[in-house]
Amino acid sequence: MKLAVASGKGGTGKTTIATNLALVLTQMGQAVQLLDCDVEEPNCHIFLKPDIEVSSAVTVLRPEVIKEKCTSCGICQEVCEYSAIIVVKDTVLTFPELCHSCGACSMFCPEDAITEVPRQVGTVEEGTSNGITFTHGLLNIGELMSPAVISSVKNTADEPDVLLIDSPPGTSCPVIEAVKDAEFVLLATEPTPFGLNDLELAVGMVRELNIPFAVAINRCDIGNEVVKDYCTREHIAVVLEIPDDRKIAEAYSRGEMVVNALPTYEKLFKDCLEYISKLHRNANR
Amino acid sequence: MKEIVVISGKGGTGKTSIVASFAALADKKVMADCDVDAADLHLVMNPKIHQRKDFSGGKKARILNDECIACDQCIEECRFDAISYPSSTNGNTVETPYINPIFCEGCGLCVRICPAEAIAFEDVVNGEWYISETNYGPMVHARLGMAEGNSGKLVSLVRQEARKIADRDGLNYIIVDGSPGIGCPVIASVTGSDLVLVVTEPTLSGQHDLLRVSQLTKHFGIPTLICVNKWDLNPDITEAIETEARESGVKPAGRVRYDNAITKAQIMKTSVIEYTGGAVSEDIKSVWRNIIYALE
Repeated sequence: MKLAVASGKGGTGKTTIATNLALVLTQMGQAVQLLDCDVEEPNCHIFLKPDIEVSSAVTVLRPEVIKEKCTSCGICQEVCEYSAIIVVKDTVLTFPELCHSCGACSMFCPEDAITEVPRQVGTVEEGTSNGITFTHGLLNIGELMSPAVISSVKNTADEPDVLLIDSPPGTSCPVIEAVKDAEFVLLATEPTPFGLNDLELAVGMVRELNIPFAVAINRCDIGNEVVKDYCTREHIAVVLEIPDDRKIAEAYSRGEMVVNALPTYEKLFKDCLEYISKLHRNANR
Repeated sequence: MKEIVVISGKGGTGKTSIVASFAALADKKVMADCDVDAADLHLVMNPKIHQRKDFSGGKKARILNDECIACDQCIEECRFDAISYPSSTNGNTVETPYINPIFCEGCGLCVRICPAEAIAFEDVVNGEWYISETNYGPMVHARLGMAEGNSGKLVSLVRQEARKIADRDGLNYIIVDGSPGIGCPVIASVTGSDLVLVVTEPTLSGQHDLLRVSQLTKHFGIPTLICVNKWDLNPDITEAIETEARESGVKPAGRVRYDNAITKAQIMKTSVIEYTGGAVSEDIKSVWRNIIYALE
């Protein structure tokens, strides 16, 4: 099963849930791979502490102009929708951070004066932790192209029993890239007005992607009933409720796994997995 | 007139709650909610929308089925896997490919290579933005559509409009509620601003993410302050964060203690400093005072 943990709002517990589910599954004898797709601010490694074995550059293509062939005709500028290549007098300027690597400038240059060359936008690191196969990605500071790094992280996926994806927060293109191939999405939220507002956005997103999903409510006793009421109205299963235990917050702050620091919570995660398994099976019928 | 941008690196550290309090404290300001992906500030500012405008961040391609000759060149050349033959619902073969707007990046390549000119290329509305009035002053906010890219453009638009209002009304501050991460919407929020406040939390995750977001603001040369929210959950890490910050030229602007009044205020749709006169409000006021001081 490919299970993605996502959310609308940040800080609702995606990483906590993804890493603890991974550990519990491994302890149950499952072959688990975890992909940390929050390439802007990856955190899974803080809790899983993997031994990194491989580090690879993530590159995207950018245009390079062969000056001798260029006639400054301006067609490259015309066909670029991102203002990543412009012609000023007789010079062609490129803005690689804006380039989407679509290939249009190179394809339509009448003089064959543009080639596409790779440039590094981030790094992917692979390793293992307690039997969990682990990958995360890091977007270089100042770069915009998260999806490219996320895609590279996902390309390291094997065929484990369970593939867990820790997604970035939000509902825009990096999140889509992270969750689009998931078979089930677990949406983490908190029982507050912000939590509800952003959950509704996230639910819209997974429905648009047509992926079965369920909700996890973290710090379930801090707020009010708005999130639960919403889930009831929308027939959305709530498969996990984690109480607002200061000990969890403190363990989290130290980079400790909840199920290690507070073993009584293991049952919560096991029950969650069973519930998701059932929903996933039902969705496939 | 000064523009203050509140970001976090890590999500869920308390940006929006703190911005709402700043809105209550600041004199003569306009608010800008630049977390266009998952905007929340309006839930405590209670804005009355005066203007609602469509945002078009780019174009999308759409196959005109009657013109399409199913040569499949678009499928071959699309770099974003946006074009395919959908499986039909009734078992018949679908004759023409379909461009999925979720994955289409609006590059226009397929439009230009199509030998039958069978692909339309249209401006799409991928969001909305609003100019509103609140009890705290004017507010510019926005909603990016589901799965949309180009959040940076919408963020820039929100900031521009806030600046117009600040100029028009002779305001002192533009207070920007930013988004988590370090990518395109964050970059679009901070470039050219006068000061960035990073709200972080006393956890290894918060510490790690702060490092990356500080590198970002350094990269763009923007004066940066930090504030550790819920600091008493781990005083040791709070100390470590503040020490590291000072070493890299980022000044601690204060600490805010953990208090569930922050959540209660949110539920009551008001700012923390209006909800309680307790110590947590004094913490926030102290951070605001340090911001003003840093801007002088």
